[in-house]
Amino acid sequence: MTVQELPENAIEMRNVSFSYGQGGFCIQGLNLEVKKGEFLAVLGHNGSGKSTLARLANGILMPDKGEISIFGQVLDDKHLYDLRSRVGVVFQNPDNQTVASVVEDDVAFGAENVGLDREEIGRRIDFALSAVGMQDYRYATVSRLSGGQKQRIAIAGVLALRPDVMILDESTAMLDPKGRREIIDVVSRLNREEGVTVVLITHFVEEALLADRAVVMNRGEIVMRGTPAEIFSRGDELLTYNLTLPRIGIISKRLREGGMSVGDTLDFEKLAEEIARCVS
Amino acid sequence: MRIVAEHLTHIYNDGTPFAAKALDDISLTVEEGEFFGIIGHTGSGKSTFVQHLNALIRLPSSKKHFHKKRLKKGEIPPPATVLKVGDFDLTDKNTDFYALRRSVGMVFQYPEYQLFAETVKEDVAFGYKNFYGKGKPSEEEVTTAVRGALEAVGLDYDEIADKSPFDLSGGQKRRVAVAGVIVTKPEVLVLDEPAAGLDPLGKQEMMRLLHEIHGSWCKTVIIVSHDMDEIAENCTHVAVFEEGRVRYVLPPSELFQRAEELLSLGLDIPLTAKLVSALKRRGISVDCDFTTEDFIRKVLALRGGGA
Repeated sequence: MTVQELPENAIEMRNVSFSYGQGGFCIQGLNLEVKKGEFLAVLGHNGSGKSTLARLANGILMPDKGEISIFGQVLDDKHLYDLRSRVGVVFQNPDNQTVASVVEDDVAFGAENVGLDREEIGRRIDFALSAVGMQDYRYATVSRLSGGQKQRIAIAGVLALRPDVMILDESTAMLDPKGRREIIDVVSRLNREEGVTVVLITHFVEEALLADRAVVMNRGEIVMRGTPAEIFSRGDELLTYNLTLPRIGIISKRLREGGMSVGDTLDFEKLAEEIARCVS
Repeated sequence: MRIVAEHLTHIYNDGTPFAAKALDDISLTVEEGEFFGIIGHTGSGKSTFVQHLNALIRLPSSKKHFHKKRLKKGEIPPPATVLKVGDFDLTDKNTDFYALRRSVGMVFQYPEYQLFAETVKEDVAFGYKNFYGKGKPSEEEVTTAVRGALEAVGLDYDEIADKSPFDLSGGQKRRVAVAGVIVTKPEVLVLDEPAAGLDPLGKQEMMRLLHEIHGSWCKTVIIVSHDMDEIAENCTHVAVFEEGRVRYVLPPSELFQRAEELLSLGLDIPLTAKLVSALKRRGISVDCDFTTEDFIRKVLALRGGGA
């Protein structure tokens, strides 16, 4: 057999439950499939279980019930380290994710840990730094970088392991608009050009709109599924899950309530177009 | 308290090869009672400026400053730096900085990372005890103050006071941190990115809370923010910082008419401003103050009075 049949799903969660010990489940009977090469956005209010989901997906936490497979391989103690290197997670706070004082050392940390040889690590650093556009900062001091740059270094550290899946757990929340754009650009390019599967956990509507598909979490369950545009058009439903309509959705809704027949859109140019049509 | 800054300059590591000018001769006035916004890129000097307001960054004493630079013959002395917060003159080293810091509360970015005590009550009481003045507050005084501050941020004292702050949710932690600052009843409250990192409802709730605090506890509120919608909806005036200088100080209704200029500075504009300029390109002018409410009202009115 020469060609191994590749499983279609990068991540598959079947009936997964998890609790942090005292009081109630944090994740309950969750079913989720992330297809290979997909860009998935995960939405949900704080405390809805999004971060727990991220931690379960690369084995930082183990489910109490149910099964998680990564590329068809069940995530268990035996395959933990192997699978973990295929699923990289980038967290929220850039300052908590850098370990070395020089950029190069920081990016190499993960690759050194899995025991790659020197030359290979060198090549991985080249690749990772150029993928995030930080090749000029190879010998820079990490603590002197901006938040967006530090976060790109954190991503590079994950990339050096050549993961097939990247999970970003609100990785843009602490950055300014420019830093946010930097990260989103890098991630969408990796998804498009390198075929990296991306799971993006975010509160920002404009980021979620870039995804192929989105899910909404509430109380540890997935309660809405669809394209981002579909999900944001179901305003009343979003409200019941403690989420808000994006501002543009609120405006078009209020205009409709005021008797102006504008359609639902998340693009301000389109909304302007519709308003123009209505008033002229 | 009125805040007046004139010719304020700050250079980090002055006199060393690492010198970096963070503030470059800025002048700015914040009137009492404002809900004042400060916007600008990272590194534009926003934080350096607000840190001056309660003397976390101390100015060199004006006298010393004057003597330090010997003027050449015929040279005009540089204009004197003025920095006043109410009656406090921050250029005078004899100012009572203890009293100043009690009057100007400062909430840093992600204040929940600064929680440290074993219980919420102790954490909030810390600032109160520190700024009590001479002597020690009685147990009742502390309890009353803490209860007041926690209720002002919408938390239930009886439910939360004895809990560990680390067992709370993110939004609750942040509110406890804000309570720990307003507990001294500062007249001016400065907040760096108060809503960053919260979920959308948490953001709304935080802004609502700040308006309540503005109405009852702190006369003047100053927020630093990257969220233009937040600025457009809430602020009375906005200062735009750029490379250590103040480019504009305008009410949002005037500032966001300069959408093109803001965009060319690499800054964002609120959604309402985007819609207004998109409509303008289609030959429709909407004269609104850039709050969502006003925009909707004006757009609906267009249809009624049109043609």
